[in-house]
Amino acid sequence: MSLATSQLGARRRRADAIFRYLCFGAAGIGVFLLGLLLFRIFADGIGRLSTEFITEDLSRRPKKTGIWPAIVGSFYVMVLTGLIAVPIGVAAAVYLEEFNTRKNRVTEFIQLNIANLAGVPSIVYGLLGLAVFVRWFALEQSILSGALTMSLLILPMIIIVTQEALKAVPRSYREGSLALGSTPWQAIRFQVLPNASAGILTGIILALSRAIGETAPLIVVGAAYYVTKLPTDLNDRYTVLPMQIFSWAGDAQQEFNRAAAAAIVVLMVALLALNSVAIYLRSRARR
Amino acid sequence: MGARGMREGAVKWFCFACALVSVVTTFGIVYVLISQALPFFQAVSPVAFFTGTEWKPSPEPGRYGVLPLVTGTLMITIGAGIIAVPLGLLSAIFLSEYAHPRLRSFLKPALELLAGIPTVVYGYLGLFLVTPMLRNVFPNIQASNAAAGAIVVGIMILPLVSSLCEDALRAVPSALREGAYGLGATKMEVTTKIVVPAALSGIMASFILALSRALGETMAVTLAAGSNPALTLNPTKSIETMTAYIVTTSQGDIAAGTARYNSIFAVGITLFVFTMGMNLLATRLVKRFRQVYS
Repeated sequence: MSLATSQLGARRRRADAIFRYLCFGAAGIGVFLLGLLLFRIFADGIGRLSTEFITEDLSRRPKKTGIWPAIVGSFYVMVLTGLIAVPIGVAAAVYLEEFNTRKNRVTEFIQLNIANLAGVPSIVYGLLGLAVFVRWFALEQSILSGALTMSLLILPMIIIVTQEALKAVPRSYREGSLALGSTPWQAIRFQVLPNASAGILTGIILALSRAIGETAPLIVVGAAYYVTKLPTDLNDRYTVLPMQIFSWAGDAQQEFNRAAAAAIVVLMVALLALNSVAIYLRSRARR
Repeated sequence: MGARGMREGAVKWFCFACALVSVVTTFGIVYVLISQALPFFQAVSPVAFFTGTEWKPSPEPGRYGVLPLVTGTLMITIGAGIIAVPLGLLSAIFLSEYAHPRLRSFLKPALELLAGIPTVVYGYLGLFLVTPMLRNVFPNIQASNAAAGAIVVGIMILPLVSSLCEDALRAVPSALREGAYGLGATKMEVTTKIVVPAALSGIMASFILALSRALGETMAVTLAAGSNPALTLNPTKSIETMTAYIVTTSQGDIAAGTARYNSIFAVGITLFVFTMGMNLLATRLVKRFRQVYS
């Protein structure tokens, strides 16, 4: 009897140990994959990378081509998207968190809407942009219609992170301000928003870094693969880094595949820089 | 006071208008998809669309049977799930139940970085890392194939599964764990028989959300799985997902009003209904789960 229970106990302990290693292994695989993917990208791309690659124009010849128009295009799209989406997103979050704090049908409906929009595949936003901005507003395949489409895509994300940042500001800040005779907007403007700014900024940076990595909606609204001149106004055609990666990775010529890897390195370094800023801001806000 | 009151009102209305943008976007999406898909369904009967086994938009008039795109999409989604669901759940269990806080503070951001890699990069990796590896096992595998697409999408949604599952596991009150420990259960028994069942609706919701992400994923599958609408269940063959069709078709400047132009909206609405259904299901599960522990 006692032998049987101790055997059972040993088996249970063994199962426990195996399960622990299984779970650890699963988490380890994730990290290993991250390392493998990053290593592979840098190993493929680093050889093709040079200052000329970054500063030169696009070319049909894979060994000569640069990436400058795509860097400029990505930058413009990101800035434009930010200019459109950030004010709207922050204002929407302020409305939901500060102006209309009582739970009612309207805010609940809007809130549900935002949550659902965040789950809509990005390509569907592309279809929306194609029908509304490109055709209906007749903006054609311009950088403006690309940025407008991208703004709608990241808007739910900006609203959600701004709401989180506003929620983190203690109630007493608002009450103190109101008690001193400020209007609700003054309390928001001078107390709540400054205190939430680090959190909001972090969220905005993360949303914009999603925007520069996103490709599918921009293809649908007609970003170009090949442009000969840099965009100078909102109606110009444009290309972005992920577009070049997509077209070069799918190319039959190996030299173009290598250029795609180099372009990925450029994109990943840009994303890394953006994310480091976000992490720095977050850690400063925590202090 | 009057001017101040007016400014208050103006600001409030401005913020309200901005909040409405999201509502307008939703209605815009639904309106655009329906209004553009309607002419398509007048030209091609919905029965032929949903039951047809051949997808061949050109040459005119083309054949529009969506089943090859649906099976392609399902192969990617299910394949990605097979990879991401067990790995994600086990990582979440490790992070929530086992990991030392310091190890967790390193593992969690590392996993989240996987989610930060742009999808087009996953497409590249599918083509040039995963497929060559698979070729060692299946020599006849095509350059773009469903297996590579499913694998990279699985890696991509892994962090989503693990972080949402972890949230669900952490929400289980520790009194439940302690009660089981008090009865002499091992850690594995506590986890598998108490914590995971208690968090089950949240865990299921995370699976559904992750799969709906896989369903709507575009660039990785366009590159890694291809754009060849074949009705096959063979993962070594090149296929085309619904998203890949939309993106490859809209690359060329197709004339508005043609059946081909409208077909991307018909496929789009199919995709939208699928993902929306999954997301709503997940939201309901999460709601039920919140009710239990708050």
